[in-house]
Amino acid sequence: MATETLNSERIHHYLRPKKAFPNVWCAGCGNGIVMGALIRAIDHLELDKNKVVVVSGIGCSSRMPVYLDFNTLHTTHGRALAFATGVKVAKPELTVIVITGDGDALAIGGNHFIHACRRNIDITTILIDNKIYGMTGGQFAPTTPGGKMATTAPYGNYEKQFDPVRLAIGSGASYVARGTVYHVHPLERMIIGGIKKKGFALIDTISNCHTYYGRFNKEGDAVAMINDMKKQAVSAKAAATMSEEKLKGRFITGVIHETDETEFCDEYQALVDRISGKEGR
Amino acid sequence: MNSVKSKARLLQGNEACMYGALYAGVEFFGGYPITPSTEIAEGMARELPKRGGKFIQMEDEIGSIAAIIGASNAGCKSMTATSGPGFSLMQENIGYAYMTETPCVIVNVQRGGPSTGLPTKISQSDTMQARWGTHGDYTSITIAPSTVEGCFRETVRAFNLAERFRTPVIVLLDEVLGHMREMMVIPEEGEIEVIKRHKPDVPSEWYRHFEITPSLVSPMASFGQGYRFNVSGLTHDQDGFPTAVPKEIKDKLNKLRRKIERYADEITRIRTEKMDDAHIAVFSYGTVARTAFQAVKMARERRIKVGAIQPLTIWPFPDDQLRDMFKNVRKVIVAELNMGQLVHEIRRVAPRHTEVLPLQRYDGNVMTPMEILDKIREAVK
Repeated sequence: MATETLNSERIHHYLRPKKAFPNVWCAGCGNGIVMGALIRAIDHLELDKNKVVVVSGIGCSSRMPVYLDFNTLHTTHGRALAFATGVKVAKPELTVIVITGDGDALAIGGNHFIHACRRNIDITTILIDNKIYGMTGGQFAPTTPGGKMATTAPYGNYEKQFDPVRLAIGSGASYVARGTVYHVHPLERMIIGGIKKKGFALIDTISNCHTYYGRFNKEGDAVAMINDMKKQAVSAKAAATMSEEKLKGRFITGVIHETDETEFCDEYQALVDRISGKEGR
Repeated sequence: MNSVKSKARLLQGNEACMYGALYAGVEFFGGYPITPSTEIAEGMARELPKRGGKFIQMEDEIGSIAAIIGASNAGCKSMTATSGPGFSLMQENIGYAYMTETPCVIVNVQRGGPSTGLPTKISQSDTMQARWGTHGDYTSITIAPSTVEGCFRETVRAFNLAERFRTPVIVLLDEVLGHMREMMVIPEEGEIEVIKRHKPDVPSEWYRHFEITPSLVSPMASFGQGYRFNVSGLTHDQDGFPTAVPKEIKDKLNKLRRKIERYADEITRIRTEKMDDAHIAVFSYGTVARTAFQAVKMARERRIKVGAIQPLTIWPFPDDQLRDMFKNVRKVIVAELNMGQLVHEIRRVAPRHTEVLPLQRYDGNVMTPMEILDKIREAVK
């Protein structure tokens, strides 16, 4: 399953070049890489643009839907999944994709995140995980590692971190993967897998904020940060044979969890069929 | 006669509100349990699946209002119901619904506050929150019935106004009205007008989701229909894309206000009793209006020239109609179950010759007719 490189005409088919550009992202930001991967995944699946809804919250990553030529809903901070739940339940035939960030999904939106996982509602969530609040200027997030610097952690972050992958698995999501903006082809495949999966899919996507996180923590420019992802990423298969010590400072990528659980809208429809059958008797 | 009688039902205000929503064609309900509104969610959970509608119990009230806005953009008539604490949690997204011109109905069955307050006791202390609850400039439509049948009819009207003007509409009930039972006949289909959302019929390349039309209300496409528009809480241009152009910002905010203010006469509904020759008026709304009408009747038996005014639409506030009614009124008693909210609006609109007399109760109990009658007697002196 390989996606094709799209020519600019094909890419423009999925964008709103006249109205929405230029974009707000810093040069070198991983958000654009994720947007490209999403477009190629949707193109590969040959989805009807009219039947795709992209929902987001607030933050740098959440600006993405504006640039995309689908049905797009840019909502309030943390609430993308709750809005998306309303869209999906109202019209289950639509493909619903949520673009969110680590602060948006895990801090202010944590409650909606775990409940969307629990319901196993058929929404594909791409969580762009850059370990900091970028849009507000570099405050620490629930994913910022211990000791790292941020404007609200001027002496180093002393809080514990969320692992969105373990959180999603524990909450009942049926497709959980982690990708990076370095490994862009696997990322496309994960997005394809997530959209195809009937149920809640999380693609935790490690990205770079060189403007704040990289600068505060002396991790270099965009290229240096993205190259680090190559060094730190370990496939789930390789990780199985590695000792805990060897895994320190690295993260597991790939499709980490996949099950076939019943999906929320299907369950609701089954209920409707059951009680309307009863009424007919 | 018999057939009408057989259709008469003993209903709670909350149930009547729920049946009113079904009559209006509600297709999506998202809610979270909270006293004293829960019967509305319970009724929806029972009735909506039977009719192919969608019910979802969300994880909190923020999620509830978010879900109904999402569903409305997907083309469904949508609603939620809550009480004070939940209404507070919804405020940010109610603002999102104003900004994105998304029709939806929010029912607030009021209880005493602030904070957890009095979950099982009556209050009218969310009157101002219904108008000014979310941040920014906008205009609210808020409706406050006072009878069980009113809960039904005014909920239908709330849906009609929401769809007609592409805006959230707030229905204020209260604990007593929500739980009180009265006999009512559910109207036949077609007896009350039900307004459908105005959808675009132009080719998709011509469609502008937030177009400033001559009527100020733009047709609304839904997700999946083929128009692929952008919806954002950021201040946007007529296509829905974020803008920082001063003229576009001003045009957007003007539209939000003017599309309601221009049609205020159509939105306003006022009930009056014995106002023709009245020198004293009792102004009240919601459950207190029941008491006020009774007190006016008692005062008339004592030959006091007093009348009652009850706005069923409390926002936008009926300035012009009230100024007209106050022409021969020397004193107006403003009876509310709060520490004074609409009394400030009455002070604003009352002419110089009309003295404003507040009558307030905020101990979790209803106002009695005797309390109002005593105030009327005081006013006569």
